[in-house]
Amino acid sequence: MRLSGARAICQSLVEEGVSTIFGLPGGAIMPLYDVLPEFPDLHHVLVRHEQCAAHMADGYARAAAALKKPQEQRTVGVCFGTSGPGATNLVTGICNAHMDSVPLVAITANVPNNMIGTDAFQEADITGITIPITKQNYFVRDGKDLPRVLREAFHLARTGRPGPVHVDVPKDVLLTEYDWNGYPSSVGLQGYQPTFEPNMRQVKEATRLIERAQRPIIIAGQGVLLSGAWDELRDFAEKTRIPVMTTLLGLSSFPENHELSLGLMGMHGWVHCNYAVHNADLVIAIGMRMDDRACGKFAGFAPQARIVHVDIDPAEIGKNVRVDVPIVGDVRRVLSRLEPEVHSEALQSHAAWLDQIAEWREQYPPKCYPSTTPELYQPQVIQAINRATRGEAVIVADVGQHQMFAAQHYEYSHPYSFITSGGLGTMGYSLPAAIGAQLARPDKQVWCVVGDGCFQMTLQELAVMAIHRVPVKVALLNNEYLGMVRQQQQVQYGGNLVEVDLAGGPDYIKLAQAYGVPAWRATDPTQLDDVIGAAMAYPGPAIIEFRVARNEDVYPWVLGGTSLGEVLPDTPYEAERDRVLAGAGPSARDGSDR
Amino acid sequence: MSKHTLVATVEEGPATLNRVLSLFRQRSFAIESLSIGRTNEPGIMRLTMVVDGARVAVEQVTKQLYKVIEVRKVSDLSEDPRVERELALVKVTCKTAPQRAEVMQIADIYRARVVDVATSSLMIEVTGPTVKVDSLIDLFKPYGIKELVRTGVVAMTRGQATPRTDRTDRLKLVS
Repeated sequence: MRLSGARAICQSLVEEGVSTIFGLPGGAIMPLYDVLPEFPDLHHVLVRHEQCAAHMADGYARAAAALKKPQEQRTVGVCFGTSGPGATNLVTGICNAHMDSVPLVAITANVPNNMIGTDAFQEADITGITIPITKQNYFVRDGKDLPRVLREAFHLARTGRPGPVHVDVPKDVLLTEYDWNGYPSSVGLQGYQPTFEPNMRQVKEATRLIERAQRPIIIAGQGVLLSGAWDELRDFAEKTRIPVMTTLLGLSSFPENHELSLGLMGMHGWVHCNYAVHNADLVIAIGMRMDDRACGKFAGFAPQARIVHVDIDPAEIGKNVRVDVPIVGDVRRVLSRLEPEVHSEALQSHAAWLDQIAEWREQYPPKCYPSTTPELYQPQVIQAINRATRGEAVIVADVGQHQMFAAQHYEYSHPYSFITSGGLGTMGYSLPAAIGAQLARPDKQVWCVVGDGCFQMTLQELAVMAIHRVPVKVALLNNEYLGMVRQQQQVQYGGNLVEVDLAGGPDYIKLAQAYGVPAWRATDPTQLDDVIGAAMAYPGPAIIEFRVARNEDVYPWVLGGTSLGEVLPDTPYEAERDRVLAGAGPSARDGSDR
Repeated sequence: MSKHTLVATVEEGPATLNRVLSLFRQRSFAIESLSIGRTNEPGIMRLTMVVDGARVAVEQVTKQLYKVIEVRKVSDLSEDPRVERELALVKVTCKTAPQRAEVMQIADIYRARVVDVATSSLMIEVTGPTVKVDSLIDLFKPYGIKELVRTGVVAMTRGQATPRTDRTDRLKLVS
């Protein structure tokens, strides 16, 4: 049988079990779109900007990962873009997936082979550009390589530490016919052999430390979710009675309503978590990469602890912080080897330690608000969504203050119920990612939690949401500021607020109406339950604009360059807000910022 | 800071070298020399890099190199008994007969060869470890060096051994 390059790509996608593709056509990739209708198994979602094609594919892949599948069948997000600007628009989305280890295959077309290197119209050296932001990339100049390349691309994207793979194909290759000898059943990548099974010597070494520890903690990262190890983690924690905290991307890997759950650690994590890291005698870091936002000042990380670090990527071990026992392997297999090695009767009692953490927790509780306040505060909104959805929704948060409030104030108990751009911190991620997540999980209610700054970066995708009636509920937390930057200017730049004011932005209700999406507005906490209830009752997409206090800051806060033990629980600035809450009226500072 | 000789066997391909260099550039690892060429195995090339870095940085770059799919093996030969060689061509100014005689004499001591003679210069080919090449170049400097080219180091372990690397070795890097 002979197939054109374009048909070979589509056939390969079908073979890989792909059902949804996000993309936008253009000159060079038209031959691929031309044959797409011949493949009814492939559903294409037409985006309004290629960056969002990558983000949608990213959200789609992450949400689908909650449906535990063997690694070889892991859902991969797929996006298409044309040559030149179509491809460069994908770059942010690809980089985002790279930083957060998301399985993604991005397929772009390029100008025809005979035009490559001539600076032709819409030509870009896109594989040159994506080298440092992909797990692997391919420039397929000969169409007979396509089945092998796509087989490898999907294998690389979904196995080991997942990541994005980019395949670039010149236009003439899409049009030319080649022999199709069936889809390859195996890959021959000699230079790619991820380690799944841990070295038992290291596992035994870790066991010795666990049995000796008096103040142990577990930090769970996204690796727990990626390897589908949430059950194994819970079993391990329950057996050893070691409390579990999570990184930002590790949120939802351990049920937050569990008695051993401590919640979020890191830059804006809870004080009791960061104190626990600082005072622990054993840190078991599982499937995390010791990111600076999670660990604070590396030299001051867990100063009293021995560190066991479990990760599938050997390059993450010892990269940022010193490690006593490195365990390279798949988190799920490591935990299932580790658990039987630990003898319950050999464990030290952690009762005093758990009491100590509980005491810190009581001393520095999450923000709690009266039901009526003069202004609306972001945590109140997240808490109201948590109440209304009973913690059953998938929360896709954007980047900034609202992201941290969403991470703090929602109770995450189901795997991948929290999705966000953690590593790259891509503003504008949440709306497209929520659309992708909703398409992957039609059984779940998906909430997009987004600030007004982020929303304006990708809001054109409301068209996709409206036209396909993707029932995402958008919680737009509008403080008319680039809030996180404003907060940092306030505290770290002496209150010199420069270019962070977004006041005078669009009327979001009218904007939603322009897209045909029903919208509500809340300005007062007493309205919260009503608007959230109305949006949830509506069967399609909906937007709620929450007009929130402009000057609220995110705390706790580990300032850059300080260790977790130096976490700031609160500030006088917050104390000032508390005065406002107590009815003292807005202070002069509140007024001057407007 | 210390010098490390890293040897990587890599699959031949248009982007392989680009990937390796991109990685060094991103992480600001200074490469002192780099040479690449084919091996006895078809499709496999051998990269020899001399890098200057603290030990932990070299371990990190080794682990990052392994993440490049086309990289098959990476070995740090710095602590192994090995043969290291580089070749240099040096064009030395020799305006007079006595100068020419001196230059030829120096070259002879270093077992270097005269490969080209012109009216006012000699081209010398020298092969050896970096220190030997360095010291010969130093001796030529007073005469005036018109042109200089070095291949960069290539290295091989002595005896039966081939560059060692296996799973346990990768683990050893972190423990």
